Amino acid sequence: MLKNVSRRSFMIAAGAAVFVLELELDPVWRPRSAYAAPLRPLSPNVYLSIDESGTVTITAHRSEMGTGIRTGLPMVLADELEADWQKVRIVQAQGDAKYGDQNTDGSRSVRHFFEPMRQAGAAARQMLEESAAATWKVPVGECRARNHYVVHVPTNRRLPFGGLVRVAAGLPAPPPDRLRLKSAAERRYVGKPLPVVDLQDIIHGTAKYGIDVRLPGMKYVSIERCPVYGGKVKSHDATEARAVAGVEQVVEIEPAPIPSGFRPLGGLAVIATNTWAAQQARERLKVEWDFGPNAGYDSAKYRAELEASARADGHVARNNGDVAGALATSAHRVEADYYVPHYAHAPMEAPAAVARVDGKRCEIWAPTQDPQTAKKTVAQVLGFDESAVTINVTLLGGGFGRKSKPDFIAEAAVLSQKVGAPVKVTWTREDEIRNDYFHAVCAQHLEGGLDANGRAVAWLHRTAFPSIASTFQPNVRYGNAGELGQGVVDMPYAISNVRCENGAADAHVRIGWYRSVYNIPHAFAVCSFADELAAAAGRDPLAYLRELLGPSRHIDLKAMGVDYPNYGDPIDAYPIDIGRIRVVLDRVAKEAGWGGALPPRHGRGLAVHRSFNSIVAAVVQVAVADNGDLTIPRVDMAIDCGTVVNPDRVRAQLEGAAIMGLSNALYSSITMKDGKVEQSNFPDYAVARIDITPDTHAHIVASDEVPGGVGEPGVPPIAPALCNAIFAAMGKRIRALPIDTSQLKKA
Amino acid sequence: MPSVRVNGRTYDLHVSDDMPVLWVLRDIVGLTGTKYGCGVGACGACTIHLDGAAVRSCITSVADAAGKEITTIEGLGAHGDHPVQRAWAAANVPQCGYCQPGQIMQAAALLKQTPKPTDRQIVDAMSGNICRCGTYQRIRAAIKSAAEAV
Repeated sequence: MLKNVSRRSFMIAAGAAVFVLELELDPVWRPRSAYAAPLRPLSPNVYLSIDESGTVTITAHRSEMGTGIRTGLPMVLADELEADWQKVRIVQAQGDAKYGDQNTDGSRSVRHFFEPMRQAGAAARQMLEESAAATWKVPVGECRARNHYVVHVPTNRRLPFGGLVRVAAGLPAPPPDRLRLKSAAERRYVGKPLPVVDLQDIIHGTAKYGIDVRLPGMKYVSIERCPVYGGKVKSHDATEARAVAGVEQVVEIEPAPIPSGFRPLGGLAVIATNTWAAQQARERLKVEWDFGPNAGYDSAKYRAELEASARADGHVARNNGDVAGALATSAHRVEADYYVPHYAHAPMEAPAAVARVDGKRCEIWAPTQDPQTAKKTVAQVLGFDESAVTINVTLLGGGFGRKSKPDFIAEAAVLSQKVGAPVKVTWTREDEIRNDYFHAVCAQHLEGGLDANGRAVAWLHRTAFPSIASTFQPNVRYGNAGELGQGVVDMPYAISNVRCENGAADAHVRIGWYRSVYNIPHAFAVCSFADELAAAAGRDPLAYLRELLGPSRHIDLKAMGVDYPNYGDPIDAYPIDIGRIRVVLDRVAKEAGWGGALPPRHGRGLAVHRSFNSIVAAVVQVAVADNGDLTIPRVDMAIDCGTVVNPDRVRAQLEGAAIMGLSNALYSSITMKDGKVEQSNFPDYAVARIDITPDTHAHIVASDEVPGGVGEPGVPPIAPALCNAIFAAMGKRIRALPIDTSQLKKA
Repeated sequence: MPSVRVNGRTYDLHVSDDMPVLWVLRDIVGLTGTKYGCGVGACGACTIHLDGAAVRSCITSVADAAGKEITTIEGLGAHGDHPVQRAWAAANVPQCGYCQPGQIMQAAALLKQTPKPTDRQIVDAMSGNICRCGTYQRIRAAIKSAAEAV
């Protein structure tokens, strides 16, 4: 069998950004498809195959957790191919480095794969056009692909894609410098709203998530893990657990030493014939734990330590001018401390994974955001070569960063190996909330100095939080450049004296990415403090924010000696562009009717924040009842995310971001006592429900710039805009989340 | 040993009487459209109809369902195109989609009982169903449009 007949790498330019894509020309590659014709398909790269029936099979290599990416990237490819969307099938890729990066995290999918998808589609389109030209014996320049046909323009003859596959499959893929990409005006799908490909499966209950996978002979597992991070089983008695009908055995999993990274937490696994039996038996386990070094973790005490760290001098991450001097001589001095708690991800599908270890091979079915890391981790815990591990990616019932960590998949792999049968590990909601990779708690201290005219002349920002790096390496006490680059050092205001510092903080739980990550606390503090400065200056928040942002320009952090990774993208392609930030701010203010009259105890609040190389501004309108209860009649959000693929999904992400932002602001908090999470399930770990849901109006700023992120940038401005609105409504400043509404009662 | 009727079919089960219908459906019968979300009746992901009324299958034992007709998302509407499902598609409600079977079952029960619900009635009926993606605004709109279509 021929494999990888030719293989080449080429460079693809996307604006000034340069990506490397490896295309494989593999004429025997077949889609994993029941419908694929038995003849040789046209498959010029790993993302695409066209068979002689004309069916176009596009491989979605990023994970679908609700953003619509399984639809969005195929839209880009199909558009460039001139394919008829009705003749496109989507298959989900397994975890394999040949697809390039598959870690669906960091709002990167469209940012990093818009151009590769265009290139992949264009290559096949040109091969089809060349095939038609050869068939008709006419110049290829007279042949144009249009909606699943190639048309000979002078004569209007046409041949369907399927009929050209046999000839095209024998042609070499065109080299990158010969690819002819469609102009924006020629686009057929990109920029237009399309329903997601999984819509009908979802609404009929036939969509398959990780938790829905069933294999013959599969055992069902529930695992009792130590309530304290780093603890282990000292002794246990499983007699009563084993007596539960349907229970087959109780198996101990060794905990990985801390920091445990992506490896299993360890514990006692009940293996049963159904999930209910496994869960019931777990409650009958008698376990004595050695709680280990984190048994003293206490959120109240930790908050005090973190706040002290944020008030003291820290590591300097950015320094312009002389903040101490400017503060000392300023006409007005403003100080504020902000606090954001731990959050749990709480995806509606708790972590779940199916593993089948069969001799020296392992096959996984899991809702993973990062199948390549899952593959590595599973190989590591089993002692297998990575080539012996297959990762099948199901739909994800929410991700929010939780499912980029494959610890739950590794648990399933280890247990299948021990038990000698396929297993499904299903986390309970309590497991998910108590043993999560928590969003970092964060304390911040800000000081600002205003001159006699109310202009900001000094900005001091100190932040302290446990770093995500602490989950992977010991003795991490400070944030890294990527973390401080999420809303601290990239503060965009035109202030001549700026100092950003990072205080020490130790981690006592697994800290992990949570949608929008460190932008949540940092945007909360920065966008709230801008509002506090406006109030101190006696100015309208919108007018003051415009002045803080200053004239249109690109902020050059490198010239300031700041280490700023810019979400992994080149700063030339994705600058910190004040002009664009101002456009987004002005758009949201206009749409929201900023400045219009409101009843007493109603208010509007504003925030704008750049993250994941997009800009989102929000205006939240709040009404505060005399008893302190809040309602939120309306939210306006504007986004500049560059080129938009599927505008309906961009709007959906903003609508959802408003809700997640309200969960963070109003309801959710994980607190620790004696090293244990005090919450357990939705009754005490609350998230936003339909009753608080505002009418969210999502506005997209038209742009033909390179695509930015969409999944995460909507969340950060919501909490500060809400708190600024409460201040506008009643003069009460909120500096800690979740909001204690008892402070909002009418005096 | 209990038996249950699900979407018009009878299943004889070899399970204990206290097993929740959720796990009977998912692990024994093999209908996985009904989702586990919390296990304590606090999120609505597992919502089914028991004799036409919306219940949380995670806290409804198989004994409680004896002699009653269970309808799951797979059995909603004769051809799987209940007005609520059509409205859901028209509004492009789902994001990850995991909670949507429960949302749809809850909404279908609401409209059966209250064909023209007020905004307040929609909020009251749907407040037990969590969507972490935050699709509530479109859920509200889809219920209103389904109510107009019926």
